[in-house]
Amino acid sequence: MDPILFLIFAAIAVVCGINVVLQTHPIASALSLICVMGSLAVIYLLLGAQFIAAVQVIVYAGAIMVLFVFTIMLLNAGAEKKSAGSLVSRAVGAPALVALLGFLSYVLYRAFPNPLAVRFGDFTLGTAESVGKAVFTTYLLPFEITSVLVLIAILGAVLLAYKELD
Amino acid sequence: MNFYLLSLIKAAVMVGALLLTLLYLQWVERKVIAHVQVRLGPHRVGPHGLLQPIADTVKLLTKEDLMPPGVNKFLYVLAPFLAIMLSLISISVIPFGPAVDVAGVTTWMQLADVNIGVLLILAISSLTVYAVVLAGWSSNSKYPLLGGLRSSAQMISYELPLGMAVAAPLLLSNTLSLRGIVEQQSHYYFGFIPAWNIFHAPFPQVFGFIIFLIAMFAETNRVPFDLPEAESELVAGFHTEYSSMKFAGFFMAEYANMITACSMATVLFLGGWNPLFSPRYGSNYVPAVLFAAAGLMALWFALHPPHKGDRKTMPVFGLAAFVLAAIFLVPALQAILLPLFWFLAKAGFLIFTFIWVRATLPRFRYDQLMRFAWRFLFPAAILNLLVTGLLVALVG
Amino acid sequence: MPNAVPLSWYLILSAVLFALGVAGFLFRRNIITVFMSIELMLNAVNLTFIAFSNFLKQVDGQIFTFFVMVVAAAEAAVGLAIILTVFKNRATLQIDEVASMKN
Repeated sequence: MDPILFLIFAAIAVVCGINVVLQTHPIASALSLICVMGSLAVIYLLLGAQFIAAVQVIVYAGAIMVLFVFTIMLLNAGAEKKSAGSLVSRAVGAPALVALLGFLSYVLYRAFPNPLAVRFGDFTLGTAESVGKAVFTTYLLPFEITSVLVLIAILGAVLLAYKELD
Repeated sequence: MNFYLLSLIKAAVMVGALLLTLLYLQWVERKVIAHVQVRLGPHRVGPHGLLQPIADTVKLLTKEDLMPPGVNKFLYVLAPFLAIMLSLISISVIPFGPAVDVAGVTTWMQLADVNIGVLLILAISSLTVYAVVLAGWSSNSKYPLLGGLRSSAQMISYELPLGMAVAAPLLLSNTLSLRGIVEQQSHYYFGFIPAWNIFHAPFPQVFGFIIFLIAMFAETNRVPFDLPEAESELVAGFHTEYSSMKFAGFFMAEYANMITACSMATVLFLGGWNPLFSPRYGSNYVPAVLFAAAGLMALWFALHPPHKGDRKTMPVFGLAAFVLAAIFLVPALQAILLPLFWFLAKAGFLIFTFIWVRATLPRFRYDQLMRFAWRFLFPAAILNLLVTGLLVALVG
Repeated sequence: MPNAVPLSWYLILSAVLFALGVAGFLFRRNIITVFMSIELMLNAVNLTFIAFSNFLKQVDGQIFTFFVMVVAAAEAAVGLAIILTVFKNRATLQIDEVASMKN
């Protein structure tokens, strides 16, 4: 059951990822990216990370991507204009990419052989309780610094988008 | 029994019950609003207008299904589909009752108890923004675009107080699973005060409940937060360019979201399927008494009919009410029916409140709406969470 | 079929998604699409972290994913605000045309 689920959602993720890169209209890329994030959330569930899967959908697919979609609609971004690309780069680039990925896959496959497999239900530390415990004890300083970072980002965004009322 | 077969049967039962409820919720809304405004509402199609929803469904199905020129076809068709699908998914984790024994199979009255159930509901409500914004944008027209952008900005603004208001009872219940939250509310203080989260020590979640309800009004685009679909401002907002079944899709999705919101409020704050007072004091007879009283009232109206047709229809309603009261006294069915009755009574009361507010209050202006969310509701929700956390840390 | 997925499959998926993100970042002209490719790269890295968190039976990988998501949110907010400002001043979303400081 596990391999079937993984293969289905990995296929969806890769196809939508290719769609993100190849589509001309930004809104189609944005929707494909949302599908990638959704399928990755399911794969996180297979890896036992329940809390992170839920946070991925709430924060990434449900808030950050909404921001992207809003910006695309506000700016009325149209389809991208064709640019002059060299034929050589296209003829050499795509096979080189595939060859590099094939080599990388082989290396990874040899580094982590089959017995080191992931079984659904083996990893039980993905609950909200264990993540919360670790964040508020071991990783308290990064947590506080990240909240300051988010505050700075809010200030920056408000300042950049502020319209002078005059 | 096989887990998949059981889940399939439960899913079929739930979807069937939900769709029937959606249909008649529309009738209830029209009747309640009508009586608040001292008029009759639908009363011609069938006795007391009970066949009106069926007539409406036939009308919507047989209307011409337009595809306006210039729309983005894929997104135009996707948006209502997405709206309905997301609202149906969120029903699947709501617990309607405890473990019951049906024909030898022990099962919970819940489709799936996900141990991050609360987060799943929050995730689905984050995704419903897409249905609205895609509907508005793909319609290629001014009013839907404005309505879609306003509605989605409203929905994401009110998601923050919603999340904070949900986090406070989680501190009291210590679990994210909806079934666990209801089970934590099953005991009684001093023998008669139910330990629902709005009465729970150390901090009764009254403010959390009110903040949650207000945020849910805004999330489901109901009055007084329904400016994005108001007729006087934006024609019909993001579903202006939709007709027949796709429009019906948005309509159904709004009612299904309302049902989910009220069910979540019941589970998180009002104790789910737990009765108001302990069965030791006779809470098992409450539904029978209530239905018998309704039957007596129907019989009285049969004897003094306000309209001519009531002489025939009211006795039928009275008889139906007495039959229901009798069913609630059968011990074999009580294990299933009593928790379901309490859950539906609480959720039904909240749905009635939603409809009551629609009939009573005027709508907010858009800037008033956003100011209310960011300057009042969000700080109030944070304060509620802080006080709850402080009291739980001091006492528990 | 055994009911387990080898760890290398997750890492290969992550590598493929990261490579797609890099390709989008280098080859696309629209600045919003470039930004989305960055998000794709971050997602691929998140997947690697969670795969190793499962493999090493520790929760620390998931903590790091949590922080990556928060930082991605902050970056998206500020980045999109900058894009809006550039659009207001240059009326274009192609990064080729924002080249007034070139040469």
